Amino acid sequence: MSINRRQFIKIAGFSTILGIGGITAIDKMKAGADETSAVQQIFGTPTPLTAKRWGMVVDLSKFKSAEDYQKCIDACDQAHNVPLFPNKKDEVKWIWTDTFEHTFPGAENELLPEAIKEKNYLLLCNHCQNPPCVRVCPTKATFKRKSDGIVMMDQHRCIGCRFCMAACPFGARSFNWRDPKPFIKQENPEYPARGIGVVEKCTFCAERLVRGLKPACVEKSNGGLIFGDLEDPNSEVRQILAKNYSIRRKPELGTQPSVYYLIGGIENA
Amino acid sequence: MLEKATVGSKKYWIWILFLLAIIAVGVFNYLRQFTYGLGITGMSRDVSWGFYIAQFTFLVGVAASAVMLVIPYYLHHYKTFGRIVILGEFLAVSAVTMCILFIFVDLGQPMRVMNVILHPTPNSVMFWDMIVLLGYLTLNIVIGWTTLGAERKEVPPPAWVKPLIYLSVPWAVSIHTVTAFLYAGLPGRHLWLTAIMAARFLSSAFAAGPALLILLAMIVRKVSKFDAGREAIQSLAKIVAYAMAINVFFFLLEIFTAFYSGIPGHELPLKYLFFGLDGHTELVPFMWTAVVLAFLGLALLIYPETRKNENVLPYALVAVFVATWIDKGMGLVVGGFIPNPFERVTPYTPTLPELSITLGVYAIGVLVLTVLYKVAIGVKEQVA
Repeated sequence: MSINRRQFIKIAGFSTILGIGGITAIDKMKAGADETSAVQQIFGTPTPLTAKRWGMVVDLSKFKSAEDYQKCIDACDQAHNVPLFPNKKDEVKWIWTDTFEHTFPGAENELLPEAIKEKNYLLLCNHCQNPPCVRVCPTKATFKRKSDGIVMMDQHRCIGCRFCMAACPFGARSFNWRDPKPFIKQENPEYPARGIGVVEKCTFCAERLVRGLKPACVEKSNGGLIFGDLEDPNSEVRQILAKNYSIRRKPELGTQPSVYYLIGGIENA
Repeated sequence: MLEKATVGSKKYWIWILFLLAIIAVGVFNYLRQFTYGLGITGMSRDVSWGFYIAQFTFLVGVAASAVMLVIPYYLHHYKTFGRIVILGEFLAVSAVTMCILFIFVDLGQPMRVMNVILHPTPNSVMFWDMIVLLGYLTLNIVIGWTTLGAERKEVPPPAWVKPLIYLSVPWAVSIHTVTAFLYAGLPGRHLWLTAIMAARFLSSAFAAGPALLILLAMIVRKVSKFDAGREAIQSLAKIVAYAMAINVFFFLLEIFTAFYSGIPGHELPLKYLFFGLDGHTELVPFMWTAVVLAFLGLALLIYPETRKNENVLPYALVAVFVATWIDKGMGLVVGGFIPNPFERVTPYTPTLPELSITLGVYAIGVLVLTVLYKVAIGVKEQVA
C-alpha cells in the first residue's frame, strides 16, 4: 500500500475529529498489504518492534560449540560497549555462559547425561515479570517498562547503592567498579559508555527494538535464540513453548523470568 | 553548651588531633576512591557489599540500643539510669552519624545521593531506612541537647520533649527492623531470608550497644569526675547478659533450621562461614573467634561473681562486643553473598584504602562522641 504524508495526515486528522484517535489511522494503514514500508515511508524510520511482554527462548540444540555462544556474546559486547577487564574482580557482563549446575543450581542431579552436565548454557537478565531489583531500587533508576515488560536501567539516575545486585537472584547485574572506557575493545559511538559507580545489565536491546531490530544476540544466534511476545498466543515464542518442555532459572522464587530454556532443543523435545 | 568542648586539657587536644589525623588519612583515601571508583575496595560483582555495609549494619544496632536506657529511665522511672541516659542518647547520635557516612562512602555515585529524595520510592526498603535513620538522628539530638540544657539550668526538661522521648522508643525498634528488612526481603539470598532477622538484629543490638556504653562510662569515669554509678553499670551488664543470651539462642535457631532441614541453599553460606566452601576458608577463623568470644563473654556475664567484678567485666563486654561485630558485620554481609547466585565462591577481603576509609568514618564518629560527651560531662560537673 502506498500512502504519502498528506494521506496520513488526512486519515489521522479525520479519525481525531471522529474522536477515535490516531490508533484508527494506524489500523487503517496496517490493513494495507505492506505495513512496514508504509510507516517507514511516513516517518522515514523503521517500525519499532513492539510486544506486550518481551521474552526469549534459548534453544540449546542450536548451540553446538563455544563459538556459537561467543558470536552472541561478542555482538552484545560490541553493541553496548561492554568492557573486558583483565581482573575478574572488576568484571562487567551482560550475557555469558556457565555449566548446568551453575546455571540451574538446585535442578542438577548427578545422573544427568554428561552431555547436559558439561554443556554450557547462556545466561542474561531474565526480565522478570516480578523483578526484585525493581522492588528494591531507591530511586527508580531500574524499572520495568509498562509497555513491554523490559527491565530497564537509567544510568543517569543510579546512585550506585547496589541494592539491586543484592536483590537479583540471577546475578544478572554488573557494577562499574572502575572507569570502563579504557577496556572497551572497540567503542560503538551509537551506544553510551558508562562512567564509574553505576549498575548496568542487559536491556533486551531496547535501543535496537525501537529501530525495528531484534536484539543483537538473537541476530547472531542462528535461530538458537527466539525472541517474541509472551502475551501473544500466536507469537513464535508462544508456539514453541506450547509444544516443547521448557525450564526457567529458579522458578521457585516467584520472579517469573521471561527467559525460557529448551534443554533438549526443539527437535529433541 | 558547645563551648564546653572548646576548653580542655592537653590530653583532650592530643586526642582530638589524633582523631583528626585518622580522619585526614581516611578523607585522602576516600578522594582516591572517588576518582578511581569503588574498585579500590575488595568488592566485586559477586560480593557487591563489603566492609562499609557491614559496619553500617552493626552500628545501626549500637544506635538502637539507647532505648535500653530510655525505657527503664523514662517509662519505668528507674532513677539509677538518670546520669547515664544522656551518654546513651549521644552514643546513638554518633552511631547514626557513622551509619549515614558508611552508606555514603559505599555509593558509586555519591553526588547523586539526593535522588533518593528527588525520586522517593516507597517500595524500596532503603527509602524507609533513610527516613528512620534521619528521624532517629534528629530525635536523639533534640532530646539529648534539650534535656542536657535543662539540666544545666537546673530546671526540669520542657514538657514538649516528653512525647519525643516516648516516640524515640518505637523509633529505635524501627531503625533496626527496617535495616533487617534490607536483607530479609531478598529472594535467593538464603542466609538473609529468615523471618527472625529483625529479632536477631535487635537482640544483638541490645547486647553490643549497652556493652559499648558500659565501656564508655568506665572510660569517662577514668578521664573525668563524672561517674555514671556502679549500680547503673551493673544493671546495664544484666541487660547485656540477657540480650546476648537471646542473641546466641536466635543464632542457634538458624543453625538448626539450616542443618536439620538439610536444604543446600540454607546450609551453604553457614558452611562457608564456619568450615569453608570449595577450599575457601577466609572467614572461618573470624567466625570461630566470634563463637569463642560469645560464649566466653556470656559465661562471664551470667556468673554473678565475674559480672560484679569490675576488673573482669570489661573483658566480658569486649568479648560480647567483638563477637557481635564479627557475626553481624562481615559474617552477615559477606556470608550472604557466598556462595553467589551461581553457587560459586568468590572470596572477599577488604583492601587497605577500604580499611583506612572505614577507620576514618569511625574516627569521625568518635570525634562526634568525644565532643558531645565533653559537653555532657562539662554540664554534669558544673551542676554537681
